[in-house]
Amino acid sequence: MQLMHYLTLAAILFSIGFYGLITRRNAIAILMSLELMFNAVNINLVAFNRFVTPTEFIGQVFAIFVIVVAAAEATVGLAIVILVYRNWRSIDADRVNLMKW
Amino acid sequence: MMEQIVFYLFAFLIVVSALAVVSLRNIFHCALFLILCLFCVAGIYVLLYAEFIAVVQILLYVGAVSVLIIFAIMLTSQLAGRHAAMTNEQTFLGAFLSLVMLFGIVYALTNTFFRMSDQGLPQKSSFEIGRLLMTTFVLPFELVSVLLLAALVGAIVIARREGT
Repeated sequence: MQLMHYLTLAAILFSIGFYGLITRRNAIAILMSLELMFNAVNINLVAFNRFVTPTEFIGQVFAIFVIVVAAAEATVGLAIVILVYRNWRSIDADRVNLMKW
Repeated sequence: MMEQIVFYLFAFLIVVSALAVVSLRNIFHCALFLILCLFCVAGIYVLLYAEFIAVVQILLYVGAVSVLIIFAIMLTSQLAGRHAAMTNEQTFLGAFLSLVMLFGIVYALTNTFFRMSDQGLPQKSSFEIGRLLMTTFVLPFELVSVLLLAALVGAIVIARREGT
């Protein structure tokens, strides 16, 4: 298996996540699309680590950092979603526009 | 040969389940397909000889983040049965933009030369990752632990009901 296959798979996954990110209304669905994009980036990091520098493990360490930060992001994001739902009775991202001008 | 078959199987499952995540109308089904997608990504990590990352992926994503997402769905939607409009009016623009981005990335990839290493397969990845985390990357490691603690406290403070 060549590096190209993994990078193309990651590009496809990233584009799908991007599509979901800008077309979904439900805030939880937006967060799920974000997780897809994080995973695409992680596949890139691990694939480069495997094919370009297989004896160092810096790519894998960065992948771990990405996973941890994504977990923190999901925690805070979902807490915000629950709070928004409690106040608006809705998690439609198009309707929560209090901070737009 | 075997490796290729497994790779294409996982890649197919990843793409199909990711498409289901962004296109299904029932948000709960989306969450289940997200779990399938994350699981197959762990399989891809195993193919890349990153078994530690694969285990972390299953523990953190499949185990923790997806449970969190399902919890949030259960807490927020009486919408689960009612099929409200799930996408906004930017569907075609979004599809166009992501296709443009996909072809841009693939074009850039095919025209770039990556210097491959011929040093063979990696050995003892868990050992090396632990050593790197405790030597070169010890400061980011500690910062990430503080970040996790802050996210934990922040999530509790945000989602707590007032006055209790």
